[in-house]
Amino acid sequence: MSRRSRTVVFAAGAAVLAAFFALAVAGLPPFGNTDHPYRDLAVAASLRQSTANVVSSLTFDLRGFDTLGEEMILLGSVVGAVALLRPRPDEKEQNRSRTETNQSVALIAYVFLPLTLLLGFDLLVHGHLTPGGGFQGGVVLATGLHLLYLSGGYDALRRLRPLAWYEWVEGFTTAAFAAAGLIGVRNFLPRGVVQQLFSAGTVPILNILVGFAVGAGAVVLLAQFLTQAIALEDKDD
Amino acid sequence: MQIIAYGVAGWLILAGAYGMVRSRNLIHATVCLSVCQSGTYVLLLAIGYQWNAPAPVFSPGSPVKLPVADPVVQSLTFTDIVVSATVTALLLALAIQIDKTHHTLDPDDLQSLKG
Amino acid sequence: MSAALIVVALLLVAAAGTAVVATGDPARQAITLSAYGIVLSLLFLVLQAPDVALSQIAVGTALVPLMVMLTVRKTKK
Repeated sequence: MSRRSRTVVFAAGAAVLAAFFALAVAGLPPFGNTDHPYRDLAVAASLRQSTANVVSSLTFDLRGFDTLGEEMILLGSVVGAVALLRPRPDEKEQNRSRTETNQSVALIAYVFLPLTLLLGFDLLVHGHLTPGGGFQGGVVLATGLHLLYLSGGYDALRRLRPLAWYEWVEGFTTAAFAAAGLIGVRNFLPRGVVQQLFSAGTVPILNILVGFAVGAGAVVLLAQFLTQAIALEDKDD
Repeated sequence: MQIIAYGVAGWLILAGAYGMVRSRNLIHATVCLSVCQSGTYVLLLAIGYQWNAPAPVFSPGSPVKLPVADPVVQSLTFTDIVVSATVTALLLALAIQIDKTHHTLDPDDLQSLKG
Repeated sequence: MSAALIVVALLLVAAAGTAVVATGDPARQAITLSAYGIVLSLLFLVLQAPDVALSQIAVGTALVPLMVMLTVRKTKK
């Protein structure tokens, strides 16, 4: 199909979609209205479970099974990317010991590395109290770790990041989360007092499990792209 | 207000789709897909907003004040963001693989994709 | 939150999203996508969704543009 005809087909489809979208939106309650029945139920349930962060109560308590599915999507995408980006037999990994890092960039990265990791753990542990939680904490930990690349170069990152460990952590934490879902774990732990560190029952535990799963998954994922972009760079083509 | 909030959501979805249709590079198409998906975040959060209602997080030290913004749609948006990132990662991996085998990322040059 | 602030954030998001789509070169798109992520998370903050804003910052501003950049570097050569 030529570009022109493709655009014409798209314009027709988009016009129909826009019309139906406008029609659907016209039936929605007005922006910023006070009528949110699910909100009222969710907030009541969250306070009953002593969870200060209602969003994390929803994600890890009320919508626990959804989050299990989301974890599986993440695992699937990590496994898929690893399979797709496996170096072919004719591609050899290059030894890149020379560091080409800028001194001031390296210094800033060194300063920010511990701060970022601390922030990641803080988001993880306090996910049931303040905004944040397993997903955000895990991604911050994973991206923070890659500041090593800015400070020490690819070689430092590779030596200080034993990839097999991360693969195991990803597998184990996802398996633990799946097991909790399959045996039907409810929020069985004592709930404690709302707004205290030890409250909300199983929410903080699931939060930390997911945090490690997401963090390890993101590290494994980024490692595939880094290997492709940097280590295999000078080969083939 | 109604028109602007939902209109921006619809605009992002259509703009992302337009970008995918006109794209000359599979990486560009993948990024356009993520723009397309970000329209759904705006739509969901716009539905859940309530004037003058604070965030649905009762942080330690502050009193529990009701009503709050709808946390249900926020939780859904949150799942949406993570799924979008995993889909993007997989599509980018596919783009690398296509570039390795076909030495091009222009969808018009990929003979096997011709219908 | 005042209506004016929400309108400004929404229009910024629409403009930034359009800019990302209009950027043809994927290498530059990684940058505009990152900026778009920041603008989106500002909108989420204004709409009283700090959790979503945080994940948008972490995922949409750091992780995804990084992957796009690495893919561009791999495929350019």
